Amino acid sequence: MVNLRNLKKISDYEWEIPQSYRGDMRVPVRIFASRRLLEAVMDDKSLEQAVNAASLPGLVGQVNIMPDMHQGYGFPIGAVAATRLPDGVISPGAVGYDINCGVRLLASPLQYPQVEPYLDELATTLNAYCPSGVGESGSVKLTDHDLEQVCREGSSWALKNGYATPTDLRRTEAGGRLEGADPAKVSLRARQRGRPQLGTLGAGNHFIEVDIVDQVYDSRAAQAMGLQEGCLALQIHCGSRGFGHQICTDYVQSFQSAVKRYNIHLPDRELVCAPLNSPEGQDYLAAMRCAANYAFANRQVLAYHARRAFEAVLAVKGLPFQLHQVYDIAHNMAKFETHLIDGKPMKVCVHRKGATRAFGPGHPELPEEYRALGQPVLVPGSMGTASWVLLGTEASMERSFGSSCHGAGRVMSRAQAKKQVRGETLRRDLEKDGIHIRAGSLPGLAEEAPQAYKDVDDVVAVVCGAQIARKVARLVPVAVIKG
Amino acid sequence: MVAPAGYREIDHAADWELEVWAPDLPGVLEQAARGMQHLAGLRLQDAPARLLELQLTAADAESLLVTFLGELLYSIEQHKLGFSDFDLHVSQLPEDAGLELHASLQGQPLLALEKEIKAVTYHRLEVQSTPAGLCTRIVFDV
Repeated sequence: MVNLRNLKKISDYEWEIPQSYRGDMRVPVRIFASRRLLEAVMDDKSLEQAVNAASLPGLVGQVNIMPDMHQGYGFPIGAVAATRLPDGVISPGAVGYDINCGVRLLASPLQYPQVEPYLDELATTLNAYCPSGVGESGSVKLTDHDLEQVCREGSSWALKNGYATPTDLRRTEAGGRLEGADPAKVSLRARQRGRPQLGTLGAGNHFIEVDIVDQVYDSRAAQAMGLQEGCLALQIHCGSRGFGHQICTDYVQSFQSAVKRYNIHLPDRELVCAPLNSPEGQDYLAAMRCAANYAFANRQVLAYHARRAFEAVLAVKGLPFQLHQVYDIAHNMAKFETHLIDGKPMKVCVHRKGATRAFGPGHPELPEEYRALGQPVLVPGSMGTASWVLLGTEASMERSFGSSCHGAGRVMSRAQAKKQVRGETLRRDLEKDGIHIRAGSLPGLAEEAPQAYKDVDDVVAVVCGAQIARKVARLVPVAVIKG
Repeated sequence: MVAPAGYREIDHAADWELEVWAPDLPGVLEQAARGMQHLAGLRLQDAPARLLELQLTAADAESLLVTFLGELLYSIEQHKLGFSDFDLHVSQLPEDAGLELHASLQGQPLLALEKEIKAVTYHRLEVQSTPAGLCTRIVFDV
């Protein structure tokens, strides 16, 4: 069990578990956290899981852990690890089951007082237009051929089919499409699960949220993003649904034998992996990219339905209903990127699980309007608390493989949350605070109660203190739709 | 006194964890299935039973457990079917090739399903012998 005595303090915001801590570590673990946030995870297995992650073959640099870390399975949530090409490994468990789970932010020119009388109707309409809940089907019925196109084209499929604008795609990580997706590497079962679920939110911690831009910290960046203090914004948090869950399940299963073939010894079977240049590794990458593209298209279709909901409620009142894309970003993904390792550029496979890409200013992958600023980093809070819009920095490129935090991070188990919080009471309390709630499941709502999460402002203070991100705007919720 | 077979929820910061115990492996599989359905808030219709027959092979007990529960999750999502009755037989495959499960399951359509389980994980999964039989802990991604 890792304890505070095993950690070397680098600064008020950065700590290290040295490689010497355990014999099978191939790199050190670097943790971005305040002492208080570190102490909050000492009782769970986050740091032990981080040490396990540091044993993967072919790692370079360090394993980074973000301040919103919490115990997961295999990798902790909030982890970033890079493996060298061509013989480092790819690990499906280090991406997670919800491949390309991510966040999309849309901005509105509407001032809160203009829309406040209609928020309840807006929440109801968003809930009606954006299917949510366990195993729910969507309005888009895909044939197997359509699904293959979604797998290959991602958001470009949505554009061709009238669900997106060119600006949406330009303001999406990787343009909403990863190269190298191959539907032939996706099982029949994953296809069966994926066909009916495009354009659905799902359940658990996924949500659609209407926010007010509470405070702007960088007016130049906020202006470039179309965010104005006092105006509305909309966040969509979801991923690749049953399609991605099944792809990860299939490959975690098949990699159980791959690790034996490649003589890879691991401290946890959930960390199973295969060399990037092996047939198994290549197959997983091709399948994972299908799920990533599916998730980009999924958030795009949900954005289309959210825009329809805004139009349905607000156009008849003569109010501006348009929602402009700010950015769409993944926080569960593996991607090939070039980073400086020991001062030299090296192409690596960056695994991010519960961590957001946060490229700094000047990166060629950023859209022109953001290139001088850095990449928008979207950090949703827990329901009822703030969310943040940040920017990637030069330091994130140097110290965290161009990555930052992805949310608040849990501190309370679901069982504890259910014991302490009643869904109905929570809904009433949030509504008293002016937050309109639509939830498919009251026990599910209780599990996601704000008190089950860390304070997102503390998390953001750490990534900004460590300079791996900087503040643009703080958002507060006024309507939340949960599955 | 602890029942010879059963399950209980263990606190986990983000996901769900179950402890499962039974005198033998078929018992562990059944208790894990019942526990998983309980965690998902699954309730069944009072309707005539539908039979699902499964034949699964796996390299070891842990893989068999993950595969079996994965099959049930698939049936719950795709066929909206939950299970109330389990007739399970596990045998050793020849030449140390692993384990084989024959399962006859009685299922009913879902009346309610409150929560989504994304996947059954291998995280720290180990089916262990105890004086009373076998026990294990399973982490579910939710």
